[in-house]
Amino acid sequence: MSELFSYSFMLRALVAAVLVGLLCSTLSFFVVLKKLSFLGAGISHTALGGIAIGLVCGLNPVLTGSIFAVGAAVSTGYLSRIGKVSEDTIIGVFYAFGMALGIALISTFKGYYPELFSLLFGNILAVSNQDLWLITIVSGVILLTLLLFFKELLAICFDEEMALAGGLPVNLIYMGLLAAIGLAIMISVQLVGVVLVAALIVVPGATGFRLSSNYRGMLMLTLFTGLLGSVGGLLLSYYFPIPPGAAIVLLMTALFILAMITRPILNSRRKDSELSENV
Amino acid sequence: MEPVISSCNLAVRLGSKTVLEDISFNVNPGQMVGIIGPNGAGKTTLLRAILGLVSISAGELTVLGQPVSRINDQRNRIGYMPQRLLFERHFPLSVGDAVATGLLTRFTLLKQIKGIEQKVAEALTLVGMGKYRLTPFQELSGGQQQRILLARSLVRKPELLLLDEPNAGLDFPAQQQFTELLLQLHRQQNLTVVMVSHDLVSVAAIADSLVCIDQRMHLHGSPGEVLRSHELHDAYRCEFDYLSTAFQLEEERK
Repeated sequence: MSELFSYSFMLRALVAAVLVGLLCSTLSFFVVLKKLSFLGAGISHTALGGIAIGLVCGLNPVLTGSIFAVGAAVSTGYLSRIGKVSEDTIIGVFYAFGMALGIALISTFKGYYPELFSLLFGNILAVSNQDLWLITIVSGVILLTLLLFFKELLAICFDEEMALAGGLPVNLIYMGLLAAIGLAIMISVQLVGVVLVAALIVVPGATGFRLSSNYRGMLMLTLFTGLLGSVGGLLLSYYFPIPPGAAIVLLMTALFILAMITRPILNSRRKDSELSENV
Repeated sequence: MEPVISSCNLAVRLGSKTVLEDISFNVNPGQMVGIIGPNGAGKTTLLRAILGLVSISAGELTVLGQPVSRINDQRNRIGYMPQRLLFERHFPLSVGDAVATGLLTRFTLLKQIKGIEQKVAEALTLVGMGKYRLTPFQELSGGQQQRILLARSLVRKPELLLLDEPNAGLDFPAQQQFTELLLQLHRQQNLTVVMVSHDLVSVAAIADSLVCIDQRMHLHGSPGEVLRSHELHDAYRCEFDYLSTAFQLEEERK
């Protein structure tokens, strides 16, 4: 194991995995509670259009992808609130548009795009010091904001109408959450790629939700799944010939399946103990 | 005595559609008022207008002595219970946490709320659910969840309580228990209550007055007056003879 961390690229990858695991699982908590799972999948695919613009124009594809991802997330929230179209429908349109634009640009401007494969399927081992700084700053700002507005976000997820009646700036907080999801997806793309990044935003929260009936427990289990999945997946990929992105998502999915199986067992044990206490 | 709510020729437009028109009524302190009308009559929109969640396009609306445009200053004095059926039943909150969300307002943004435990315990005791503080909200029956949501709307100790279809989705015994609890709280706390309901019988049994709307104002009066009026038939576009007869018999029995 010590040999593993003697490589500087592996150390950078580990720090990136911890930061992204922490960020995405915290957002995943709200994504699952607010039922925004399809939004997570949709934004990542929409970002492909932005990434392609960056690649063919010689701009930073992560920057152009981020603009697309945040734009798609906030526009989805805004359009669904002013019109009679649901978020699922709007993101369904953006999803297809982003993919089509990406495919069209990359096939029209045929060239050599070495970053494309990494952005599509992820390459955590290629994380540079500059990338690490970017991930640290973005994660820090988003996590701090989530911490400051945690109770308001929880109340909005539980009952938006009541939060509005209390005078909370619901739309502003909600749009902020969507923008944060867009940004988090783009900085995570370097780890697992456009194709798999939605799993980081959905699976940890789904696992926590399945196992806990209290938000504190759910948050802890969500963070645990996110961190174990991202760090464990990275380590797995070192020992087995699996790409890190795929290993991270497979491990997280295995944890989710484990949660699905264990929940009924935990429930029946709890009922038994309640019954014996009553007797 | 200044009315708690005063609506004069109120109109609300949502997009290009007029949802409410020419709505006039007063709610006096300590009254329990039922807002009735058929599906799509604009009952919930009227409640949302009182809360300042939709803009009024014409007329005047004052709430707790202030124009509704200045409702933000009054929010701590208003309790609100939206429809229970709109909730995620399996949301992972304990009963105490669910009630505590009612303490969040624009005044608590980025601030620590003091005395949460005590306020939550008091609200739960009011609705007879004191021992359920740590129970997961998702493990309660529909009737119990409704009590918890009532506790949440009372946790800020409001003067005005707005309820949207509080009996929706409850079986008859649960409806009866909830109605009794509401009456008891209304009397004990001297709360002014405005309740939207499409259940004419149960709301007429407990309200001091009824406001019947169907996009425009149809009737405002005592339950007896409203249930006997032909205007009620016009609003609902059907006959309610059995209702007026039943109500007359009930009054004669009293």
